[in-house]
Amino acid sequence: MSEAIEGDRTFADKFPEEARIVRAALLGSFLALTLGAIFGIIQTLHRTGIFRGLIDSTDYYTSLTAHGVFLALSFTTFFLVGLFTWAVVRSLDRPLLNTKITWTWYGLMAAGMTMTGISILAGFTDAIDMSADVLFTFYAPLQAHPMFYAGLAVFIVGSWIAGADWFRTWLAWKREHPDERIPLQTFMVLTTMAMWYIASSAVAASVLIFLLPWSLGLIDQVNPTLTRTLFWFFGHPVVYFWLMPAYLLWYTVLPKIAGGRLFSDPLARVVFVLFLLLSTPVGIHHQYLDPGIAEGFKFISMTNTMFLLLPSLLTAFTVVASVEYGARRRGGSGLLGWLTDLPWRDPAFTGMMLAGLMFAAGGFSGMVNAGMNINYMIHNTIWVPGHFHLTVGTAVALTFMAATYWIWPQITNKPIYSRAIGLFQVVLWFIGMALMSNAMHAQGIMGVPRRTAEPEYSGFDYPTMFGGFEELNVQIAIGGTLLFVSTVLFIGNLVLTMGNPKVSGLAETLPPALSGPDDSPKVLDNLRLWVGIALTLVVLAYALPLAAIINRGGLLGPGVGTYPVWLSPALDALANAAASVLGAVGDASASLVEVVR
Amino acid sequence: MHIHAYEKLWLAASVLLILLLLGSVTYGAVGPGVAMVSDSEPAIDAGGLDEDERFSEPRVEQVGENEYEAYVVAFQFGFQPDPIVVPEDSTVTFYVTSRDVIHGFEVAGTNANTMVVPGEVAEITVETDGAAEYGIVCNEYCGAGHHGMEGKLEVVSQSEFDDRTSGGDGE
Repeated sequence: MSEAIEGDRTFADKFPEEARIVRAALLGSFLALTLGAIFGIIQTLHRTGIFRGLIDSTDYYTSLTAHGVFLALSFTTFFLVGLFTWAVVRSLDRPLLNTKITWTWYGLMAAGMTMTGISILAGFTDAIDMSADVLFTFYAPLQAHPMFYAGLAVFIVGSWIAGADWFRTWLAWKREHPDERIPLQTFMVLTTMAMWYIASSAVAASVLIFLLPWSLGLIDQVNPTLTRTLFWFFGHPVVYFWLMPAYLLWYTVLPKIAGGRLFSDPLARVVFVLFLLLSTPVGIHHQYLDPGIAEGFKFISMTNTMFLLLPSLLTAFTVVASVEYGARRRGGSGLLGWLTDLPWRDPAFTGMMLAGLMFAAGGFSGMVNAGMNINYMIHNTIWVPGHFHLTVGTAVALTFMAATYWIWPQITNKPIYSRAIGLFQVVLWFIGMALMSNAMHAQGIMGVPRRTAEPEYSGFDYPTMFGGFEELNVQIAIGGTLLFVSTVLFIGNLVLTMGNPKVSGLAETLPPALSGPDDSPKVLDNLRLWVGIALTLVVLAYALPLAAIINRGGLLGPGVGTYPVWLSPALDALANAAASVLGAVGDASASLVEVVR
Repeated sequence: MHIHAYEKLWLAASVLLILLLLGSVTYGAVGPGVAMVSDSEPAIDAGGLDEDERFSEPRVEQVGENEYEAYVVAFQFGFQPDPIVVPEDSTVTFYVTSRDVIHGFEVAGTNANTMVVPGEVAEITVETDGAAEYGIVCNEYCGAGHHGMEGKLEVVSQSEFDDRTSGGDGE
């Protein structure tokens, strides 16, 4: 009965204020996607040598920093906070406790990302004495302008308040429904945020204790291995922070679009608990080739990493089983014949399925990365961005775009402008990424490094393996161009959708799982227990390595300099910049509010 | 909690895959002896490399029969020595450190690859085979001139190696 009522009214009808917040978050996300895609196409053409007329090679790194920060941090996180707000409110079927708090965290995140973004983009011009050409990983002793670090800190604090907002709303719901299981979507949000608190504490510590004071000239030097280790403490779980919203969609929305329902609620909970436990104590696998970290710590990290494959492999099973169930309900039959009975013309379905398929490929290249000794072959080669453009760049990004075709009408009451363009767009992304990522993996095995403006060298030629270096460059450039076109189509379709009139009858429901929450052991909902175990695992994995690193190099590093030094001239610039940024943020938020309304 | 029979099979196969992956790396370590870059070398003062016995004069040194050590300094934006010359069919241990920021040291197309972190010394040991020239690239972003940072590893015949080092300049 309640399903029927839900079926009549969309999310936007039932929770207009929350729908406004979700829209604002998604629009912030798509703004970042647009910027990131522009830098992406510039880089693709520059790096491959097809067209180097737009930027100098020295500015390539400004572009690369912007591409990484806008896409990996801003696009993903803003989509996540929008989706999680929708998921919590929808699955608890109650409004947020206090939307003033909600707008506060949204404002903090937007202000923080604007600060960081300005500090990066200022690197393109000499007119402003400011830059942050430190890439998405900001390894010291390369130093960014203080505003880069300050913006990141504000952004992360905003995300913490967002998590608290959802926890408080859940606690209020729990008082109203004392004996009920946590609804699945809310369970996914809460476990993901618990993981986020643990993971982001390290990067917050790194920024607030070391990097920000250092960039302000308050301390002379930092320990590069220590800040690097704190980054990767955060840097690996952050990939699951990107991935968990995609998983939430694959588990709860995809089966419905396929015409079926989720196979197993209990296993979905098990998977999210495993991610909470195992996401963090693995970061050292990004540092297999770091001197100053003992081999034993690397082996422990690798073991945890390999077991982290388990929840993803379980997900592959559950998602395929749920989709097959949907196909059979639609009349599908045969061993593989059911595949033809799926809604392949629906961009939301096809996009998510293609994203999942690419995630499988990304999983296999990830197993190579995770293998300590094979890692020697591909560490810091372009293989690695080839890998994560399959995972975050497709499994996550393509799922988000596909899901937008489904969720946007729910939060606006406006039908998508063209589902045909949407379908073309998601397929184009798949083809573009297949070309680009494949060629990046192949170049990586030849030893072509990542993160460089000009990967060709004067003193030597690369060995020829799967086609020559030049041939693969062309493949990368074509792939990257298709991806850019796909992004333009996505954004264009969405902008045209905003011009559509509001209609009724767009409401969608999400059916419960075949094997529901009553089948899952109560202990799965004991969040305190899982957070306790997760913290214990983190302490076990990190206490000794961190102690050893500090013991070797000291808290503030062995005689390491600063490149470049921002110091005191920067303090004046900071004061000026802060004033102009506050003005800019005010303008930006005013115009954003208009768009949202 | 009900788990479908197929799912149990899938779970078992997944755990088996994970154990095989861990087993293969363990075998690589104890069988062929692939060692990881580790904390074997003590920390070093990155600002004081000019006074350091090994790194004030980056060079290749013979330390045993067919065994060589190469002391390499990475800096914005190059490597010293350049080229690094070693004899064929020998065992070479590279000790690589940085004068300034984090760099990479990768012999392109091989598995000789390490991070170079200021304040730390990376140690990797490789076996050279026939005479050949390899490019060395910095594979970690290190500043605006990063794309120009390269070096060369020349693996030469024993006689050529003797000729080139008899000058006494250590190059």
